[in-house]
Amino acid sequence: MNRKYLGYLFEVAWILPSVAVPIAFLVAIVITAFAVGIAVPGEAGRIDPKALNTTAPFDQPGLRELAPGRYEAVVIAQLFNFSPGEIEIPAGSKVTFIVTSRDVIHGYKIEKSPINMMVIPGQISRMTTTFDTPGEYYIYCHEYCGAGHHLMVGKLIVKPAQTASTNR
Amino acid sequence: MATARVSGVSVAAERAEVGVFATEYRLTGLNMLIAFIALAIGGLFGVMQALQYNGIDLYKPIAPILRGGYYQGLALHGVLNVLVFTTFFIIGWLTFITSRSLGIPLASRALGWTTFGVMTGGLLIAALPLLLNNATVLFTFYPPLKADPLFYIGLTLVVVGTWLLLINQVMMLRQWRAANPTARIPLPAFMSIVTMTMWVICTFGVATEMLFLLIPWSLGLAPGTDPVLARTLFWFTGHPIVYFWLLPAYISWYNFVPQQAGGRLFSDPMARVSFILFLILSTPIGMHHQYTDPGISEIWKLIHAIFTFGVFFPSLLTFFNVVASLENGGRARGGKGWLVWVFNLPWRDPSFTTQTLAMILFAFGGAGGLINASYNINLVVHNTSWISGHFHLTVGTAVTLSFMGITYWLVPHLTGRRLWSPTMALVQAWTWFVGMGIFSHWMHTLGLLSMPRRTAIGAMRELHPEWEPLLPIIAVGAIIMFISAILYYLNMVLTITAGKKDTVPMVPFARAVSGPEDGPRVLDNFKPWLAIAFALIVINYTPTLIRLVSEMQFIPGIRSW
Repeated sequence: MNRKYLGYLFEVAWILPSVAVPIAFLVAIVITAFAVGIAVPGEAGRIDPKALNTTAPFDQPGLRELAPGRYEAVVIAQLFNFSPGEIEIPAGSKVTFIVTSRDVIHGYKIEKSPINMMVIPGQISRMTTTFDTPGEYYIYCHEYCGAGHHLMVGKLIVKPAQTASTNR
Repeated sequence: MATARVSGVSVAAERAEVGVFATEYRLTGLNMLIAFIALAIGGLFGVMQALQYNGIDLYKPIAPILRGGYYQGLALHGVLNVLVFTTFFIIGWLTFITSRSLGIPLASRALGWTTFGVMTGGLLIAALPLLLNNATVLFTFYPPLKADPLFYIGLTLVVVGTWLLLINQVMMLRQWRAANPTARIPLPAFMSIVTMTMWVICTFGVATEMLFLLIPWSLGLAPGTDPVLARTLFWFTGHPIVYFWLLPAYISWYNFVPQQAGGRLFSDPMARVSFILFLILSTPIGMHHQYTDPGISEIWKLIHAIFTFGVFFPSLLTFFNVVASLENGGRARGGKGWLVWVFNLPWRDPSFTTQTLAMILFAFGGAGGLINASYNINLVVHNTSWISGHFHLTVGTAVTLSFMGITYWLVPHLTGRRLWSPTMALVQAWTWFVGMGIFSHWMHTLGLLSMPRRTAIGAMRELHPEWEPLLPIIAVGAIIMFISAILYYLNMVLTITAGKKDTVPMVPFARAVSGPEDGPRVLDNFKPWLAIAFALIVINYTPTLIRLVSEMQFIPGIRSW
């Protein structure tokens, strides 16, 4: 066979899977994001960071029970802590985190969960997930925010089910 | 005018060629000198970070000079390594490639010196606040962290300086076309011009951010700035910048490594197609860095994800083409079998080995990049040390180690002095490969354990018990790389100051098995591809940018370090 022709054949044999495999990955991503519901944060509105103390829901940060097993956690990220810093929920709870920043850009990542958001002054970040496994989980600010960035750590405590929920 | 490529020419002819390009060589050398000084300083802070993770604080002893501690060191590490080192090396490298490939000097040498002057001036201006701890905002400089205005002005000048090289390249291409009306553009020059064109287009994002948001705000002319708008403009440039780093390494992989391997480039048309795809697809994908940002719709994030998968394709083409070229070389050197030809490659050639090892680690970096690009899967790794692990394989190895490999032949060629020790260079390449392999693997692992990036881990109140046993491995990897860097710098300094004087010929540009005549001429016509590139940028960015500008808030700046 002509050498050049053989070269083209190799090229086609490489190009076809190079197109097909990424398309297969994309289909999987779209299904998990929009059918299974592993969503990324989107548009959840703007807010004036100087008026957090007088703007709902951030005038009262903390955990609220909306219905049995359904919670809303309103959190303010600020130099260099989260308010509230510790959140306690019973296992099996579905929690919506509503987070904003008082000053600079922060991050909000709860280990071993899909919760991973940038927290940007002027913007509201919102994500929902369910916590099934009891345990203590660190919450990290994962964007450099200043000299005390490494001190900005919170905690999520998932109690075994039937224990009353509180927040500090 | 000398348009012939140099291959197998006599020493006298080689000397004459070098004489023609004396100014270009001086500019290339000076740019690379600044680049590698920046890398040396920046790299030092890298080792200090890995030691800090393990509770060894080297910031206290240097506090009289740099009072900002870990985070000032981190700012220097990022700015010097990924902004200064890369940009200066690339401008020098592409000056060299464009003039040698077209066979003509810079169209305007005055403009060439202006390029260098503006960039160096910008660097000095930005260095001042960085060193005084007045710009500890890291290389992403996200507002409302507010640095000294000199930092923003200096970096802007560096970027504006780079634009001038494209003007020179376009003038050179016109001259060359007038002298060679029917010839195809030589592949190395074609790639250099595509790289600079892509760069100039994409830097409109960061230039807009600097000129309209950050500089007026840092000078006190605006009461605040909008962080999401600024981030969006930053990542408009911030993703394509990785192709600005990578494509110059690809230029070496396509045009020199096949030659060094003893063979030919597999396919010139396929190489041109891949560079045109980079021109088209590099920019309209920047929001994949903002998957977890509030204030940007999920639909646009998904669209950018789809296009990001698209830009993976030209990298796969490159992978195929370069490996096929290596195989061509291995077989030309007597290699047999499906894979046994690998052992016939010239592993004793430091420049070849350094760059080939860079390619091997890059394969893992590319696979990791696809994971980061995967929309919701990114939630697992976003802003964790996985990301730092990832880009130490890409920019930290594919780019940096390749650039080192290039200098192993280029510095002797530029200075007329033989490489001091090829053996030391081989040891350097392998130690970087091993050190980075260890470092990067465990940074990825720590990222999966939620260790945040850009964090003074050693100063945390509570150390995560799952991280603790892995942190020493990070330091081991970093120390191995540090040894590698010492070997590199020692070898280079000795080459320049004490290397044996000799005429070291340039590595000839590789010829292709399938040459440009096998591809359509439209590949050499930039206009249709530029039109598509602009259209995609407009489609993928305009709706989001219009909304962000219309909702703009003035968030006041803060100095929190």
